[in-house]
Amino acid sequence: MATCTFWIDGKKYEAEEGTNLVDAAKANGVFIPSLCYFSHIDPPLGTCRTCTCKINGRYNPACTEEVREGLKVEVNTPELLDMRQALVEMMIAEGNHFCPACEKSGHCDLQHMGYELGISTTRFPHLFKDRLIDYQPQRMVMEHNRCIKCRRCVEEVFSSDGKRVFMYINRGNETMVGIDYEQEAKLSEEEAEAAMNLCPTGAIIVRGKSLSEPFGMRTFDMQSTQKQFHRPITQRPKGVNFEKKTIATVSLAGCFGCHMSMLDIDTDILDIAELVSFNKSPLTDIKTFTQRCHLGIVEGGCANTENIETLKQFREMCDILVVMGECAIWGGLPALRNTIPLGECLEEAYLNSVTSEPGEHTVPYHDDLPKILDRVYGCNEIVKVDYMIPGCPPSPNHIWKVVKSLLWGEDYSLLYAEFKYD
Amino acid sequence: MNLQTTPSTLFSVEPERSHLLAELWHYQLQEGYISPEVIQQLAEKHDLSAIEVRGVASFYHFFHEQPAGKHTIYLNSSIISSMRGFERIKEAFERETGARLGSVDPTGMFGLFATPCIGLSDQEPAALIDFYPFTNLNSLKVKEIVQKLKQGKPAAEICDNPADNIRYMPGENRTIFFAPYQRGEAVRKLPGLGPEGVIEQLRIAELSGRGGAFFPTGKKWETCRSYPDTPKFIICNADEGEPGTFKDRVLLSNQPGSVLEGMIAAGYAVGARYGFIYLRGEYRWLAPTLSKEIAAFYAEGLLGEEAGGIPGFAFDIRLEIGAGAYVCGEETALLESMEGKRGEPRTKWFYPAERGYLQQPTVVNNVETFAAAARLIQLGSFEYLKRGIPGSAGTKLISVSGDCQFPGIYEIEWGMTVAELLELCGAEDPYFIQVSGPSGECISAKEKYRRISMLDLLAHKDIRCGGSFMIFDRHRDLVEILLNFSQFFKHESCGVCTPCRAGNFIMERKLKRLQNGLADQNDLKELQNWGAIMKATSRCGLGKTATNTVVQALEKFADDFHTRFAETDNSTYRKFDYRASIADYENYKP
Ligand SMILES: Cc1cc2nc3c(=O)[nH]c(=O)nc-3n(C[C@H](O)[C@H](O)[C@H](O)COP(=O)(O)O)c2cc1C
Ligand code: SF4
Ligand code: SF4
Ligand code: SF4
Ligand code: FES
Repeated sequence: MATCTFWIDGKKYEAEEGTNLVDAAKANGVFIPSLCYFSHIDPPLGTCRTCTCKINGRYNPACTEEVREGLKVEVNTPELLDMRQALVEMMIAEGNHFCPACEKSGHCDLQHMGYELGISTTRFPHLFKDRLIDYQPQRMVMEHNRCIKCRRCVEEVFSSDGKRVFMYINRGNETMVGIDYEQEAKLSEEEAEAAMNLCPTGAIIVRGKSLSEPFGMRTFDMQSTQKQFHRPITQRPKGVNFEKKTIATVSLAGCFGCHMSMLDIDTDILDIAELVSFNKSPLTDIKTFTQRCHLGIVEGGCANTENIETLKQFREMCDILVVMGECAIWGGLPALRNTIPLGECLEEAYLNSVTSEPGEHTVPYHDDLPKILDRVYGCNEIVKVDYMIPGCPPSPNHIWKVVKSLLWGEDYSLLYAEFKYD
Repeated sequence: MNLQTTPSTLFSVEPERSHLLAELWHYQLQEGYISPEVIQQLAEKHDLSAIEVRGVASFYHFFHEQPAGKHTIYLNSSIISSMRGFERIKEAFERETGARLGSVDPTGMFGLFATPCIGLSDQEPAALIDFYPFTNLNSLKVKEIVQKLKQGKPAAEICDNPADNIRYMPGENRTIFFAPYQRGEAVRKLPGLGPEGVIEQLRIAELSGRGGAFFPTGKKWETCRSYPDTPKFIICNADEGEPGTFKDRVLLSNQPGSVLEGMIAAGYAVGARYGFIYLRGEYRWLAPTLSKEIAAFYAEGLLGEEAGGIPGFAFDIRLEIGAGAYVCGEETALLESMEGKRGEPRTKWFYPAERGYLQQPTVVNNVETFAAAARLIQLGSFEYLKRGIPGSAGTKLISVSGDCQFPGIYEIEWGMTVAELLELCGAEDPYFIQVSGPSGECISAKEKYRRISMLDLLAHKDIRCGGSFMIFDRHRDLVEILLNFSQFFKHESCGVCTPCRAGNFIMERKLKRLQNGLADQNDLKELQNWGAIMKATSRCGLGKTATNTVVQALEKFADDFHTRFAETDNSTYRKFDYRASIADYENYKP
């Protein structure tokens, strides 16, 4: 095959003619995000659109393009960076992704792409569509909450009879990947595992095989695929003035995990105690604000009316409001209930559960009790939030780097391993 | 109804799988749904896994996985229908049949469902019952219809015969589509022209596609002609799914011969052997008309071996019936559907002219394109060019509906202004005009001076029109219109690519916020930005155009949206519907 020259963002590169653009760019050190692209599926699937670039002046996915002489590609313009990020955010908002509770975490291409693109929150509302978890297949569990409809399994997995094991069913936003129980049963152990590994997300889980590698030592746990992993550095005006500042913190519908993480910086906590004083906070046990604070840090989202009140109080009393952790950002683990109507949740918890008192037939309700909301809301849906720190929990370094930067204008940069959703 | 006009042996090039849709239709009509047993049976027949057959069946909304009633009633959920009284008709049907919308009554007699536009916007409220049309409905009429059905009268006997409502054509014998028709006139001109001559005629007249994209038809035929592979195929795209559009319906009912002759001409020009009409399921009731015309063509020797008496030229045409999926109008989705698959658009790895149906060279054109081609060949390009304006010759069929006195079909010469058309159709107070359907563009009454032509794409002097004008007056709720469009796209997205599958869902949520008074300036900006992202990143035209109207409306009707914003008490608080958020819990108040 002949070598040809092509351009990316005005720079000249070489590759063998006919090479897939995603691969050709990668070989030349240019990172183009991709999710559905799987090099040996031909023609490429082109379903996820995360690889969208401007190719000879038109928006097109890079994975459905072959390099040829003179090809002009724009990859890293601000507009395209934003668009590709939006697509990954869309997938996260569309499914129900609870990374801390997911078997695939650390091996997951979607999660990994989130890290690579530095997504700390999705701009789109989480859709919280109720989806099935199908336990019926013999060896597999289909977790429809996590499927991004990339189509890899549909095109690649066949039983020994040459029949498809997976196929899209329904249409539009109801589309999901159906699994054929009869064909699935014919797969060998290795074939089933291959299907799980081919899935870029945690949608295909093989029983007993999904946790064989420990978290923390998985594919995407430690290193970025990009040569340089930058996370935006918050720049604030620099008049560095180490006056003592006041912070308030609170845990709303959260588990205190983020607070624990905050305390997890070891002896550095002593330095911090020199520089800040805590006002209302579980750390000081001060229950009500006694003064206006420079910074408010909120863990957890809003599950009831009291959460809303407290959050509004924080907004009123703090100059800068930061929320930390997935729960505060979009609901997180408590939002597991968001796909289910509140009535069903309450009745399951208070009336029909195995531990409820025999003859119990009321759901607690009193004017003095906070009222439970129809779903769990992220803080930013209730008040304007200034900054968000992703993670479940966020790493302690991440939290304190942000705090220091906000209070004293220190520049910082984040390591790949500090930027996590789980 | 018996649709088989041509013996299927003629089409032996087609694999068994291509009959899957027809087979599913058979069971749907016979048993009222596609049962798991049928899925299993078809899977075995085609040597597929059951899930693959289920994947196909569940793609098309006229195929039900649960029994859909002995009589299945579809109400049109388009915006035009809702303006004409959808709610009232829905209630009347619910009352008379005992079925709630979206379900079957307890006795299993009636299934009542909503479906996007059924192509009868000029005679709404309308419904399909067992796929026969019922138009201009009112509560009384609904009562009578249901009574007759209960008495055992088949829908075929009591249905309406929808009027063509051709309201206007250019005077002085300048009509192209509706001139007196004589079977075979165009076909007989073919040998004199020769295949290249035919293409030359289209090129001189600058005929371009009428399915929405205005691709030069001559160029498409020429490209297909240039590939040596055989057999080649001609497909007439009669999927007309764009809400508010019904011009193809009227052509098929009024001028089926022209359409067939256009297809024969295409077959002759590109060297194709087989032709197909992909008729949308909503127009099933037109199938007998088409079948009759096809039979007449065979009888007169215009189809079959030596078609039109041309030595060495054989051409056959058969019907294929869609099953409720707007996206199947997209040409590559249509091809997939014809192959008995889910109607998912292909990636643009190959164009149909190179690899289309069954991966063979294929021409896909719109109904109106074929009819125009036939008339053009019959008239000669010289005569044809006398209509319209320079650079945009000929006439155009426009379906007009909404707030006007005379909804129906208008054959205009290209170059007519919006104002003239509005005048003709008796639109008294046009305010918001949707041109070319929800995927097209919206204009305000201020843009009446624009000429309707094929020129100046995106410029402001002219406006391209794919075939419909939906007119809304000042009293209509803009957000409701946009929400209706958005729900349409959400429902009709094929689901293959992220921006369209998830994006339309997200846009709908956002518009609901707007409707509930929870949106602010920032939400409008987001609607626009997100619309732009969907446009740039979607795989096919559906996702690329789904947000056109929202984005344009936000610009052109900005003032209307501002009145929608709720008061905010404090800008650091988001708008939040406190009462709605605790409503569920309040149910437990003792
Ligand atoms: C979502 C979508 C729906 C479409 N629906 C139709 C349709 O119903 N009828 C049609 O003729 N073309 C439709 N088209 C356009 C076709 O893809 C194709 O361009 C057309 O059939 C080509 O014929 P023409 O060149 O004669 O216009 C649709 C396109 C898209 C993207
Ligand atoms: S690890 Fe991946 S699949 Fe699992 S919840 Fe997170 S993003 Fe979803
Ligand atoms: S199950 Fe996995 S491989 Fe299959 S479409 Fe969903 S995300 Fe892709
Ligand atoms: S844009 Fe919509 S209809 Fe088109 S391929 Fe994507 S999901 Fe399917
Ligand atoms: S990687 Fe290119 S579209 Fe998915």
